[in-house]
Amino acid sequence: MYNEKVMDHFCNPRNVGEMEDADGVGQVGNPVCGDVLRLAIKVKDGRIEEARFMTFGCGAAIATSSVLTEMVKGMSLEEAMEVTNRMVAGALGGLPPVKMHCSNLAADALQKAIEDYKGRLLRQEAV
Amino acid sequence: MRRVYLDHAATTPVRKEVVDVMTRYMLDVFGNPSSIHQFGREARKGMEEAREHVASLVGAQPEEIVFTSGGTESDNMAVRGVAEALEKKGNHIITSAIEHHAILHTCEYLEKHRGYEVTYLPVDYFGMVSPDDVRAAIRPSTVLVTVMMANNEVGTIQRLAEIGLVCREAEVTFHSDAVQAAGAIPVDVEDLAVDLMSLSGHKMYGPKGVGALYIRKGTKIRPIAYGGAHEKQRRPGTEGVPGIVGLGEAARLARAEMDSRVSHVRYLRDRLISGLLEVEETRLNGHPSHRLPNNSNVSVAYVEGESMLLNLDMAGIGCSSGSACTSGSLEPSHVLLAMGLDHEEAHGSLRMTLGYENTVEDVDYVIGVFPGIVKRLREMSPLARKGEPR
Ligand code: FES
Repeated sequence: MYNEKVMDHFCNPRNVGEMEDADGVGQVGNPVCGDVLRLAIKVKDGRIEEARFMTFGCGAAIATSSVLTEMVKGMSLEEAMEVTNRMVAGALGGLPPVKMHCSNLAADALQKAIEDYKGRLLRQEAV
Repeated sequence: MRRVYLDHAATTPVRKEVVDVMTRYMLDVFGNPSSIHQFGREARKGMEEAREHVASLVGAQPEEIVFTSGGTESDNMAVRGVAEALEKKGNHIITSAIEHHAILHTCEYLEKHRGYEVTYLPVDYFGMVSPDDVRAAIRPSTVLVTVMMANNEVGTIQRLAEIGLVCREAEVTFHSDAVQAAGAIPVDVEDLAVDLMSLSGHKMYGPKGVGALYIRKGTKIRPIAYGGAHEKQRRPGTEGVPGIVGLGEAARLARAEMDSRVSHVRYLRDRLISGLLEVEETRLNGHPSHRLPNNSNVSVAYVEGESMLLNLDMAGIGCSSGSACTSGSLEPSHVLLAMGLDHEEAHGSLRMTLGYENTVEDVDYVIGVFPGIVKRLREMSPLARKGEPR
């Protein structure tokens, strides 16, 4: 059902784990199936330096989380805000149609993490 | 790599003896059982012997057995066929929340498009329907009660005889989907007081695409398809003789080997369940004792079913899950939810169903692989909290 690339990311997920000194964290639950993804990013000079994830979900959810952390590395925040679920699925060489919704988790968590980072910046500036 | 098949509730391998009989009825005895020449008569003879085997498996008379294309058709025929035959009596059907979709979706169809009213009885935490609930739900307009004998997901065996008695007292037709039970445990239509019962070939080491419906003599039922006079006008279409004789042979073997099969799989099941439950924060779903001898179903906290299935598959183990992610519809198992599990518990459920060809080594292999898989996935899970249960 899944292609080789998906299975590779599922079996050998990149960048799994918590990030102690994250600059932004986004956690989303998938309203469709109830799966959960937490994504943490480290930002330097307006670019994403590192991303790590924790996922409770199906094979596609884990694989999209994993490939996302690779994709966004080095991206500017503006570029990262443009990442869509189709791009994430595309990076895996496609997902079965019933599993497309799983890639929303990755795109949504990324946006939330960036918003969290920006919010923290604003609060810091206010101090 | 070792390969272990633990999905017998989905389907079973076909027995060699069954294949042999079927082959003979394709190559040599290929006649149409409706033909009057000897080619036809030979085929009919094989078919009628199969009917006897199926009837004896469930304590019925041969003429009360109608061959169908499988459990789904049998369920459709029972529910629609009885409902329509009794439309003058009323328009109310009683079923349970944990039935197979072949029952539930047929009921929904009758509700939506035919003006029937359906009561979906709840189940308790173990997946049991209460006979008292059945009694309380019966109205003068009730035409049918349909409650499955054993659940396909959690293996819970209903107190069917008591429900049958309730129906008999109220003079309401009673159907049971026994697709998972027949061949796996002793089933007797008299003891259970059922009027109709669905059976399937491929859940008892027979072929796919064939099943049967037991219809007690005198039960009012209408066909759901129209055509020739086959099966005493109850189910048209040239009988699928190879499948039917295959089902017959499977039923014969199941009856002959019942005791040894049951004790073997029950031993394996108990060993499997206790092995799986060694992993912390796991729990058994379904009834601990009123349970199919081959069914284990556990929920594993903090991990999702499909990702467990994929990992087990990579280790050569085939089983299934009630997780939303594995269900096409993206809803977690309606059975687990009806039993009161929350979404997360249903999501992390794992069903392993044994067969008599499984061995102790198979079970020990699974028990050996399982903790590592759970550990790996838990380390990835945002829900897991070490040393701090939810
Ligand atoms: S995230 Fe639940 S089905 Fe993929």
